[in-house]
Amino acid sequence: MNSIPLVHFLYLAAMLFGVGVFGVLARKNAISVLMGIELMLNAVNINFLAFARYWNWNSLTGPVFVVFVITIAAAEAAVALAIIISIYRHLRTANVDDAHYLRG
Amino acid sequence: MIQYSWLIPAMPALAYALIAIFTRKSKTVSAIISILTMGACFAISVGIFFELIKLDPANRVITFGATWLQIAPWQANVGVLIDPLSVNMLLVVTLISLLVQIYSWGYMHEDERCGTYYAYLSLFTASMLLLVVSNNYLQIFVGWELVGLCSYLLIGFWYFKPEAANAAKKAFVVNRIGDMGFLMGVVTIGMVFQTFDFAQVKDMVTQGMANGTYQGAYIAGIALLLFCGAMGKSAQFPLHVWLPDAMEGPTPVSALIHAATMVAAGVYMVARTYVLFSADPLAMTVVAYIGGFTAIFAATIALAQDDIKRILAYSTLSQLGYMVLSLGVGGYTSGMFHLTTHACFKALLFLGSGSVIHAVHNQDIWKMGGLSKKMSITTLTFAIGTLAIAGIPPLAGFFSKDAILDAVKDSNIWHHEILYYAAVFTAFLTAFYMFRLFFVVFTGEARDHHAYDHAHESPISMTLPLMILAVLSVVVGWLNWPGVDAYSKFVSYGEAHLEGASNIWQLLAQSWLSIVMAVAGILLSAMFYYWKVLSAEKMAETFKPVYLLLKNKYYVDEFYTWLVDKGLFGLSSILKWFDDEVVDDGMVDGTGWVARKMGGLFSLTQTGYVQNYALVVFGAVAVIFLLVSF
Repeated sequence: MNSIPLVHFLYLAAMLFGVGVFGVLARKNAISVLMGIELMLNAVNINFLAFARYWNWNSLTGPVFVVFVITIAAAEAAVALAIIISIYRHLRTANVDDAHYLRG
Repeated sequence: MIQYSWLIPAMPALAYALIAIFTRKSKTVSAIISILTMGACFAISVGIFFELIKLDPANRVITFGATWLQIAPWQANVGVLIDPLSVNMLLVVTLISLLVQIYSWGYMHEDERCGTYYAYLSLFTASMLLLVVSNNYLQIFVGWELVGLCSYLLIGFWYFKPEAANAAKKAFVVNRIGDMGFLMGVVTIGMVFQTFDFAQVKDMVTQGMANGTYQGAYIAGIALLLFCGAMGKSAQFPLHVWLPDAMEGPTPVSALIHAATMVAAGVYMVARTYVLFSADPLAMTVVAYIGGFTAIFAATIALAQDDIKRILAYSTLSQLGYMVLSLGVGGYTSGMFHLTTHACFKALLFLGSGSVIHAVHNQDIWKMGGLSKKMSITTLTFAIGTLAIAGIPPLAGFFSKDAILDAVKDSNIWHHEILYYAAVFTAFLTAFYMFRLFFVVFTGEARDHHAYDHAHESPISMTLPLMILAVLSVVVGWLNWPGVDAYSKFVSYGEAHLEGASNIWQLLAQSWLSIVMAVAGILLSAMFYYWKVLSAEKMAETFKPVYLLLKNKYYVDEFYTWLVDKGLFGLSSILKWFDDEVVDDGMVDGTGWVARKMGGLFSLTQTGYVQNYALVVFGAVAVIFLLVSF
């Protein structure tokens, strides 16, 4: 178990987070953006669990946070999908660049 | 009796409330309440006087009071100060007010607002008495302002006449200008001495001057601020303009204002705060010169006026100038003595002129004439008043005016001889214009036969006060009979300063110049207006510019109008331009313009592309992260 060092988990999480950021910033499809956000959240989850494991396994703070993040992510996905459906109905597309009506 | 002295201002105030709330509709009840209250006040004042003279002269200062407001470290007290000065004023104010109120019953009972009139009279006297018995600067200021308010109400009593309404406003505004100086003086006293109490301030100034804590000029500054108030109330040049216009009020009110309640306040206040004035020669010199100038200035104006009340108004200005001059040269006793005697004969003259106006329903002396045949009591009493003000011995005016001239002659202020000759010449002018008034109104042929035929002697309620005042105008001066000097020993600042004369003949010999001047004035006046050997019209024609200058009161009113019109309104139009162009267009509109432009600039960042926002967020996080790490 101890054979995998902490830093490897962190590398994995960082890569996952980077992929998520790329998805959020670069993809045009709203679904893909949403998936990027989910990836970022899960990268954070990995960090939580890794630190919890290597630091103090008796403390439940890390795992409990992860459970919360998963719950919130589920709720967020539901709301976000509802918004995307609404935009799609309105604009006949899910391209985020087409939804720029708040331009100043 | 002294412990009841607080009732003196309280009772007329209560009478005012009673009349104003309940009995205003009933003339008789209102008048009775008001007159009885004033009678009681006079009785208490007399009682206090007799109690006070029984005391040793050193112990004749009695004060008591209570805390009114406590705002640490300030303490505002309300209290009573009984000393010879305030008792003197109490007697004058209550007696004159009482006589004026009795007289008013005859003069005003046909006016439907007679009840209101009596309410105002009571409040007026109450305010003046509050001021007189005050033992601190704050309370004197409260009384002072109330006096100003009541003068406004009474001068504008016939507010439906535009002149009366304007005169009331003028009196109020001009007094305001002086009062601002007074208020600043009172506040400065509070800041410097941490107390408003007369006695404490006096002690602190006396000690401070002795050991050099206070500079004389510093105290003189406070004194001159207070004197601004006195200049407003006692109508000294250049704030004298309200007093002649105040003639628009009912005539008994004029008598009250001129003799007892209003103009005396300024002189009394200077006397009450004399310790501040006497601290520095500068303050005294300013006071003396303003008084002396007002005396001669107003006397010359009075030469060319045609309205019976205006002539008397300018004579009041002139006599007030004497009082202020006297205080300025250190003649504390003579100033207060002249205030007392002047109150008697000026009230007499005003009430007498009221009696004349009541008879002929006119105020222009050139429409009167020969009234001595119709109004014997008025004529006789008026003659006594005229002789008294002219300073003919042994009437009251002679003793007090001569005491002032004596004080001026003995003083050591800057060029006192100028003031002395101005005062002597004023005595000549006074005799001249007062007898001009007397001869034109009461002697000779009737000029307006319609008015003359309807003229009749006034009722007893009006002639009785005239007779009492006429007796007083003769005998009050005897209080300071040479050799006895009862008044000088009673009212004095520090050691009593007695005149040199030890008997009446010595006094007459000493004051030959003023007597000669007064007699010369009377004779000259008689030549013009009684024997008519000289023609006033020709004189006026020969010296037309001078005549017009005097007739138009040196154009002071016109100058003030010009000053307000060009000066104040000019300044206002500059400020209005500044407000329109700089404040409105520049600053207010500018603020909006800047906000709009800034909004336009920043709206460029609102692209509407959600991923741009996300990029900014991530970029910012990255930058913060980098900054924190290094």
